[in-house]
Amino acid sequence: MDKNKVKEIIARRVAKEFKDGQLVNLGIGLPTLVANYISHDIDVTLQSENGFVGMGVAPKEGEEDPNLTNAGALPTTIKNSGAFFDSATSFAIIRGGHLDYTVLGALQVDEKGNLANWMIPGKLVPGMGGAMDLVTGAKKVIIAMTHTSRGNVKILEECTLPLTAKGQVDMIVTEMGVMKITNKGIVLVEKNPEFTVEEVQEVTFAKLIIPDDMKEME
Amino acid sequence: MKKLISLEEAAKLVKDDMTIMVGGFLGVGSPERILKELIKNNVKNLTLIANDTSFPGQDYGDLVVHKMVKKVIVSHIGTNRETGNQMHSKELEVVLVPQGTLAEQIRAYGAGLGAVITPTGLGTVVEEGKEILEVDGKRYIVEKPLRADIALIRASKADKNGNLIYDKSARNFNPIMAMAADIVIVEADEIVEVGELDPNFVMTPHIFVNYIVGDDK
Repeated sequence: MDKNKVKEIIARRVAKEFKDGQLVNLGIGLPTLVANYISHDIDVTLQSENGFVGMGVAPKEGEEDPNLTNAGALPTTIKNSGAFFDSATSFAIIRGGHLDYTVLGALQVDEKGNLANWMIPGKLVPGMGGAMDLVTGAKKVIIAMTHTSRGNVKILEECTLPLTAKGQVDMIVTEMGVMKITNKGIVLVEKNPEFTVEEVQEVTFAKLIIPDDMKEME
Repeated sequence: MKKLISLEEAAKLVKDDMTIMVGGFLGVGSPERILKELIKNNVKNLTLIANDTSFPGQDYGDLVVHKMVKKVIVSHIGTNRETGNQMHSKELEVVLVPQGTLAEQIRAYGAGLGAVITPTGLGTVVEEGKEILEVDGKRYIVEKPLRADIALIRASKADKNGNLIYDKSARNFNPIMAMAADIVIVEADEIVEVGELDPNFVMTPHIFVNYIVGDDK
């Protein structure tokens, strides 16, 4: 499947989760694309953890403001209804339970809802940035990622990389389907009709629970 | 007023072995002119407390590039390859802290609190070696306050008394760092007379500010 198509499927599906009036933080990379697919019929406020709510679209070329960037240091805009604040307030919003959703990528995620997305010992140590606070504090945590990465399986029985947080993930959205983390394990609640259950299971190293009412992923 | 100093004077206040806080988020909202001047002085063995180590070739990212720093306390180093290199060669000690914890540790010192207790980092390497406190049945990590000898911050507007206003997302760590250091030096894009800023909209009260760098661009 084409890479951009894969990203679009994931971003489009994540955007369907949001409801009118909710506050959402979108992580860097693929999760950022989710903003493009939020329905115009609902009012969703985006937070940028470097210090504002009401994040808008990317600015036109030539209209970038060096003092207005997203958490990835890229130029962005703010809506008229938005507000700026300092980093302590920003993380009070995040940690204090005021954020409805955080959407992040993952290196690994497991059936206990554990997430690893901040380092690979000896190889890559970018740091956790705001991820640990986001995953700990948001009401719902959605992992938006490609189902595998360069052939590596990322949905596991147990993460092997250093954790970002323990037992905090609620939902995983990949190009293959939508999975919910439950006490019993990972439930495949929606499946992309382009794949069979067996194909999804083959690249998932945790036993998938297939409910009777499994839906087709839109 | 006495608070106005030159870039050179500001940079000279930073000395070997000091702990400094530098405002900014991946460089946005950092006091670039003071940092440029500071790099000329080639100060050594600094401990840098900042959100990140920015990018090589700019602002506080270059403090690492020029090997002026022996230790960084930050939430993210992924945008500055030099930080990673020096960490692997053991020239630089890197303490990674969740961003919200870092903000609150800085705020706590400025607010006179003895510690921050936070759920962030539970069940991860962040809790290793730290005290865990149970309050009303919930577990928290005890994180100690962070202070600095000097905070270098950036404001959009300062009056000559040191009242500050920040611009957009350039605010980030600046207001809390202004409360957590022995000496606070502000680089302002614009300096105005006392009375020109509406006290209703002042974001950092002047009492936290020791020096303002004049607008000798």
